[in-house]
Amino acid sequence: MDNILAFGAASAQAARVDAVFLMILVIGVFFFFLTQGLLIYFAVKYRRRVPDRDNETPRITGNPVLEFIWILIPSIVVVIIFYYGWRVYSDLRVPHGGESEVYVNARQWMYEIKYPDGRTAINEIRVPAGKPVKFILSASDVIHGFYLPDFRVKMDAIPGRTTTLWVQPDRPGEYQIYCTVYCGTGHSNMLARLIVMPPNAYAAWAAHGEEEAGEGREHESLAARGERVVKTAGCLNCHAIEGKVKIGPNFRGLYGSNVPLEGGKSVTADEDYLRESIEDPGAKIVKGSPNVMPTFKSSLSKGDIDAVVAYLKTL
Amino acid sequence: MAEESGNGRGYLAERGWRSWAYTMDHKRIGVMYLYTTIAFFLIGGVFALLLRLELLSPQARYFSDHAYNVFFTLHGAMMIFLFIIPAIPSGLGNFLIPLHIGARDVAFPRINLASYWVFVAGFLVVIASLVSPMDTGWTFYTPYSAKTGAAVATLSFGIFLIGMSSILTGLNFIVTIHKLRAPGMTWHRLPLFIWGMYATSIIQVVATPVVGVTFLLLAMERLLGVGFFDPAKGGDPVLFQHFFWFYSHPVVYVMILPAMGIISEVIPVFSRKPIFGYKAIAYSSLAIAFLGFLVWGHHMFTSGMSPAANAFFSFLTFFVAVPTAVKVFNWIATLYKGSITFESPMLYALTFIFLFAVGGLTGPFLGALATNVQLHDTYFVVAHFHYTMMGGTVMGFFAGLHYWFPKMTGKMLNEKVARIAWALIFVGFNVTFFTMFIVGVRGMPRRYAEYLPKFHVENVISTIGSVILAVGIAVMVLNFIRGLRKGPPAPGNPWRALSLEWQTPSPPDTGNFHEIPVVTDWPYSFGKAKGPAA
Amino acid sequence: MNAPPAGHGDPRVAFEAAKLGLWTFLATEVLLFGALFTAYTVFRVKYPAMFQSEHLKLNRVLGTLNTLVLITSSLAVVLGVDAIRKGKARLLERYFGATVFLGAVFLCVKYIEWTEEFRHGLYPGTNIFFSLYFMMTGLHGIHVILGMGVLAYVVVLSRRGRFSAGYHTPVEVAGLYWHFVDLVWIYLLPLLYLIG
Repeated sequence: MDNILAFGAASAQAARVDAVFLMILVIGVFFFFLTQGLLIYFAVKYRRRVPDRDNETPRITGNPVLEFIWILIPSIVVVIIFYYGWRVYSDLRVPHGGESEVYVNARQWMYEIKYPDGRTAINEIRVPAGKPVKFILSASDVIHGFYLPDFRVKMDAIPGRTTTLWVQPDRPGEYQIYCTVYCGTGHSNMLARLIVMPPNAYAAWAAHGEEEAGEGREHESLAARGERVVKTAGCLNCHAIEGKVKIGPNFRGLYGSNVPLEGGKSVTADEDYLRESIEDPGAKIVKGSPNVMPTFKSSLSKGDIDAVVAYLKTL
Repeated sequence: MAEESGNGRGYLAERGWRSWAYTMDHKRIGVMYLYTTIAFFLIGGVFALLLRLELLSPQARYFSDHAYNVFFTLHGAMMIFLFIIPAIPSGLGNFLIPLHIGARDVAFPRINLASYWVFVAGFLVVIASLVSPMDTGWTFYTPYSAKTGAAVATLSFGIFLIGMSSILTGLNFIVTIHKLRAPGMTWHRLPLFIWGMYATSIIQVVATPVVGVTFLLLAMERLLGVGFFDPAKGGDPVLFQHFFWFYSHPVVYVMILPAMGIISEVIPVFSRKPIFGYKAIAYSSLAIAFLGFLVWGHHMFTSGMSPAANAFFSFLTFFVAVPTAVKVFNWIATLYKGSITFESPMLYALTFIFLFAVGGLTGPFLGALATNVQLHDTYFVVAHFHYTMMGGTVMGFFAGLHYWFPKMTGKMLNEKVARIAWALIFVGFNVTFFTMFIVGVRGMPRRYAEYLPKFHVENVISTIGSVILAVGIAVMVLNFIRGLRKGPPAPGNPWRALSLEWQTPSPPDTGNFHEIPVVTDWPYSFGKAKGPAA
Repeated sequence: MNAPPAGHGDPRVAFEAAKLGLWTFLATEVLLFGALFTAYTVFRVKYPAMFQSEHLKLNRVLGTLNTLVLITSSLAVVLGVDAIRKGKARLLERYFGATVFLGAVFLCVKYIEWTEEFRHGLYPGTNIFFSLYFMMTGLHGIHVILGMGVLAYVVVLSRRGRFSAGYHTPVEVAGLYWHFVDLVWIYLLPLLYLIG
């Protein structure tokens, strides 16, 4: 949900942050109109009407009472703003207890998700509605951000450290996750989704092992499945289908083409080359591309890898 | 009293490149800094326009994502290190400080010249690093900046040199203001521009060495693998952020305090009234300088600092708002019962107050912990700092350029064209940057080469604004060039101001004053007959 | 507080300005080294055991020797400044010459230490302690070189007859700078060599 100014708060905490925002906005707008209103009013009212008649202005150099008041009042106002900002933040920061946990490891340029039962995913986190969940953040290479705007929360993922973030999602839906710390070329494509599922649907998914639950996927063709995986596993962060080349080679026309490699050799992009590029990308580096692709051997199932190859063959 | 400019070209009389390259005249050094920093402002602005061009489309269109990332890094780094930090202090400050205090030059004229050439060396090294351009953002966070393939060590060395230039300037100004004031020029008779520059110089001297070491450490990290910021070696990447922001937060006050000093000069002259609350404005500059050193953590609320540390920084951050607000109230009170005219310096000064108020009042959203978490690293922050740095400092800079143009060049500017430029700049600026508040609240992160389609409309509007802003700036610059060439000769005191620079010819002679003046009053005695200040 | 009447040309003002300038510059140097001392503190708190074990690998004999060298050199500076205050330019040149010589001795000892450490496979980057050690002593060493240059230049000026009992501002300023360089070493010695 996204209305013109802010967007639907997806949790009670988020609504409290919005209340702080609104309070600061009202105070800010009030002082803005007060000061700038006076500015414009004085500029107009005291504009010089008669040229050269300007040496009869009063010699006012200060007013101790007024100056004291306008030091005291802003001081009180800022303490109030600090206090509410701090109170709501403390609530945001410290979990209440009873959260389930999801491990999120950020790396260039994707989020690797691991659930306590061992299941993994890329760029997609599934949780049940109504229960608090704690994200345990880490990073493999550089600092990344983990931002859930609908929940008004954000925390950096830092290599060598673990940070945490918790939310209590109340409403089912899909919520955007952005990376907010500049981390290299793929930074603006490092996106993920938080999928909050109704409790029954979540339970069904959780019981279903590696396959997705109840979304009519049993009948999808291998290539259609591959297209879905390419869209959700982060491939498009670094590869375009066609058009402007991102970081790695474009996919359109890749299968069957002759690929020049670093070091002078070249190879034909057959099924085996495509599979190897996914499982062991450092084995052959395409000429002119950087050697930054991570392996997907453990994050994609064999079935998913086959599906991706099938999909690439259609392009 | 004011003299006409009949006696030739004053400090500009001697010609030839050597008379500039080896000059020890603070006025010439100031002018050289102005030309250099304005050139970088325009180049940095071109990078901004390239960014806005690319942001017309949600997906990569004209440039690759990598190129975009390089552009925003260069835009930020150039604007901050090569324009906004040196422009008013080393440009206008150099020109004006000796004149304002009744001295013939600064305390160490040779060090002053050295500071300019060290600055030049610095930016040449920075330009050399463009062979492998940076894409880290101007904040150079580790570990990315320690690992990326760009010429980070070279750039670090360049910034180190620029920092040295900044330190030498600040040092010179502190000693000058303490030791070279004319007889009768007590601290409370100093123009408020000097108070602003004094506070600025203290910050420069105290904060800049820390950023020097920060970049040195970054260079050592890359060249020698020292590991202070590398978790694999036991280091802490967030330590870099602490070091970096320990300088970079106070430096925003280096940017704003001189501009505020300019506003304190212009408003009384064009309302023909004494400045309201001189002491409050003077001391608030020192208060801002001091408090500014205590709040750096507010750039790092989501970096994993403890909630207690976050609370400490948030609490102190709010207190910087109070001396700042006091200045705004005092400027507005100065207008009360004045006799106001709206020449271009005054237009820019009033614009400063208006736009800086927006920037300043959006600060609490970022200082308050709960809302900071939502807005940090989004376009809301980008809007906030452009309103304070461009709507604030740059408008103040423009006010100063228009105000002191006759004094520095001996020519008058075309007022009508100046006002047209101002109007375009005002409209263009707000259209460009106000939309960023909106898109930031909606969640658009900063430093994004590509963005989700739902942010498209605001980005198009912002780009349109940037074109209007660019046209306005171009008109302003062309007006300066035209004024330099064929502006009508300027009298010694076209604005009928009372500070000492206006008691010299336009342009002033080398050595500034025929005889060192003896000062008996403050420079704000406008209006009704003098008696002790009310 | 008014400035004295003659302003810039007045030698008393020039002298006061030079001293204020140098103290301000020393403040910037304190912050420069202060940042490194802060890094030292952060990592010392984090890895007390590593600091304890690694610092024993430093050569405390040479470190102490260097301390004596620098303190003696500062004494030479004091004597040199005292000499010129009495108008004795030749004596000043000798004392400052001795200081430069002792500075060179300091650097030689440092060179010996560093090559020893390299021979044992201890480099910047080996671990955080040695990164700090090399960076802090390296930055200090650069300042020793700069100080030697400044003192040598003062000797050159003195030989040209520039200084007298009435005017020797650069001598005082250079002397102050050298004392600062010495002082930084006095802090480095215990923090790097003697903790435990």
